[in-house]
Amino acid sequence: MNENIDMQGKACPVIANHIKVALVGQPNVGKSMLINSVSNAHLHVGNFSGVTVDKTEVLFDYKDYHFTVVDLPGTYAFTDYTIEERVTHDYLCAEDYDIIINVVDSTNLEKNLQLTSELLTMSKKVVIALNMSDEADKEGIEVNSEYMSELIGVECIKVSAVTKMGIEELVDAVIRNYENDKNESKLVFSEPVEEEIAQIVWYLDKHKYEAKNSYRNIAINLLKNNKKTYAKLHDNPIWTELQPILIEASRHIELHHNSDDIKEAFAEEYASFNRGVVAEVVKQKNQVQQKTLTEKIDNILIHPIFGIPIFLFFMWSLFQLTFEVGAIPMEYIDSFFGWFGDVVGATIANDDVRSLVVDGIIAGVGAVILFTPNIIILFIGIALLETTGYMSRVAFLLDGFFHKFGLHGQSFIPLVTGFGCSIPAYMSARILKNDRDRLLTLFIIGFMSCGARLPVYVLFAGAFFSPEMAGNILFVIYISGAILGLIAAKILKLTAFKGADEPFVMEMPKYRLPSMKLVWHTVLTKTMMYLKKAGTFIAAASMLIWFLSNYPKNVILEEEYGIKIEQAVSEEEKVNLENSLATDLLEQSYLGSIGKFSEPIFAPLGFDWKMSVALQAGLAAKEVVVSTLGVLYSLGGDVDEENNSLINAISKNISFPSAIAFIVVIMIYLPCLAASIVFTREAGGVKYFFYLLAFTSIAAYGMAFIAYNVTKMLV
Amino acid sequence: MKTLLDCKKTCKVRVIKLNAAAELKQRLISFGVMKGAEVEVLEHAPAKKTIEVKVGKMRIALRDQEAALIEVEKI
Repeated sequence: MNENIDMQGKACPVIANHIKVALVGQPNVGKSMLINSVSNAHLHVGNFSGVTVDKTEVLFDYKDYHFTVVDLPGTYAFTDYTIEERVTHDYLCAEDYDIIINVVDSTNLEKNLQLTSELLTMSKKVVIALNMSDEADKEGIEVNSEYMSELIGVECIKVSAVTKMGIEELVDAVIRNYENDKNESKLVFSEPVEEEIAQIVWYLDKHKYEAKNSYRNIAINLLKNNKKTYAKLHDNPIWTELQPILIEASRHIELHHNSDDIKEAFAEEYASFNRGVVAEVVKQKNQVQQKTLTEKIDNILIHPIFGIPIFLFFMWSLFQLTFEVGAIPMEYIDSFFGWFGDVVGATIANDDVRSLVVDGIIAGVGAVILFTPNIIILFIGIALLETTGYMSRVAFLLDGFFHKFGLHGQSFIPLVTGFGCSIPAYMSARILKNDRDRLLTLFIIGFMSCGARLPVYVLFAGAFFSPEMAGNILFVIYISGAILGLIAAKILKLTAFKGADEPFVMEMPKYRLPSMKLVWHTVLTKTMMYLKKAGTFIAAASMLIWFLSNYPKNVILEEEYGIKIEQAVSEEEKVNLENSLATDLLEQSYLGSIGKFSEPIFAPLGFDWKMSVALQAGLAAKEVVVSTLGVLYSLGGDVDEENNSLINAISKNISFPSAIAFIVVIMIYLPCLAASIVFTREAGGVKYFFYLLAFTSIAAYGMAFIAYNVTKMLV
Repeated sequence: MKTLLDCKKTCKVRVIKLNAAAELKQRLISFGVMKGAEVEVLEHAPAKKTIEVKVGKMRIALRDQEAALIEVEKI
């Protein structure tokens, strides 16, 4: 919560009034950022369309009121072009709320007012937040907010989400408007339209039509062909007389605008009103038409020739950083968990409990936490990509290429998000309007390796390649995943998702320096989620794996080996015997049985039963693959102190071709349980889940089989 | 008939007519691309598959197919 607000908010009485605020604005106007400064909520804010994919509620207290602010997805106009716009439109029309805060970008008022003018014809109270006032000041744009309030008839408050300027005034204005009666907006149209409105108003007035909204707004909505207003009036007796008047009115307006589209005519009406308002209230100093910074940057970043290589370079650097910098704290974390396991183990007397804690929980959770630095770097990279505005440029650059594969340039946004985590990626696919395009994108998001698969790659790249090469290998893995995704898209487009393409019209937002606070919030939230998962889900899974790999106990086998070990002559023989005991025990455990049972299925890919089990465990979550390998190899692997790291165990126990095949399966097969659930929800049916399961399993198996055999021939 | 697709880089034009279907038309209008609007072509992506234009203060990206639906005249 904002500090000022917080101080006063403490005195909030128990029986206070609720004010429910709907936060509405076009994309990229800083809505989420504004809600962040109002309430200090950890919302995810990005500089590309489609961050707020679902409405988010934020609660706080101020003065004598409880506030509920509903952050609605950005919408350019009251159309149902994308799912997000439908969410916003439906909410505004059907839900119960008290007041609208319309957030607008002060540096681009004219465009933003298009949405505002549509909001003004609703029966709700509106307050306009002139956001990015600090940026406007810098650009020499002066907005006279008092005059603007007077001209439009609703309060306009200058705010800046970044500097927190005007936030309190905004909340005060909301309270003021809540307490007072609604002001009629002063939106005026051209004379011919006003005449028609007047006539309909006169008619409604004559029949004393009962409605919440004003007659003027009803008239405007009728003329705009608003379906909901029509539906309401349609069952009223006055409809029979009203209808001919409406038809005549529409004809007049269309004639006046020389268009056969009444919506286009109204858009032009709004535009000319807004132009008028902007001309009155906005003063632009230093009108010299210089190239803006954004244009200068764009000259380089979306250059027809250099644009794509620059993008590839950025991605390559990100993966290099992920590996190189991420490797530094890894050693410490690794040795910490080794030490921690020893210390904790020393305090536990019972052998079984100690094994459960040290070899099960600590080994499993430790193996996952080990990769936190890599995850953090990847999340920072993606957060930067989102908040700077570069994401839209990449969509622009890649659209031509993507289009060849049947994808949409904007598919890029969910796809890149997929490198972080598939769940938000599935949700952000909502920016695609066409259902077929959206489904296609949903199906291939899994090919973009998510952050949770990174540990597996880092592990295997570290085990089989020199440290200098490992970063490049990571890059190759990610890129080949993406390329496989594109090929899969093409195949799906030619078979399952045939049909016309969705038009590509996208805003290219201004470049913005990322707010460190915001990046920090985003990365922190995601990292905490990762760690929380490690502490709960992964810990539980590790315990389960530990149990399955330790039971049933085989006393006879242990005794047999016990005698042999005692009789062993050399230290070396002792160690060997201990190892083979562990291996034999593991093989006859429950987990061993499961692994053995499924081994024949995976044998053509060169997997041993441990890898088979790890893969199956990975269906729950990809991190579990690493923790399972950690548990399996810490039990059955080396007892040698200096050589006990998982990386060494893997490079020793797994052949190179099998490792490649393993990576390929991880790359392609079904995303984790949580992501599969979100996928099913977003795709709109359980049948799609089974399609995805079949599609990914067949592709993963086939590709891994090819990879295994090709590598075997080459090595 | 000249369309936005025919325009070269840095060329400034005015929109005369939108030949798009209702939905796309609404989308273009909500982005400010409407009758009478001034549009400047900023950049072409490789092979002119996608173009970047400026309308008012807003930059938008369009595909060649969409640009071909926007009738323009030179200013």
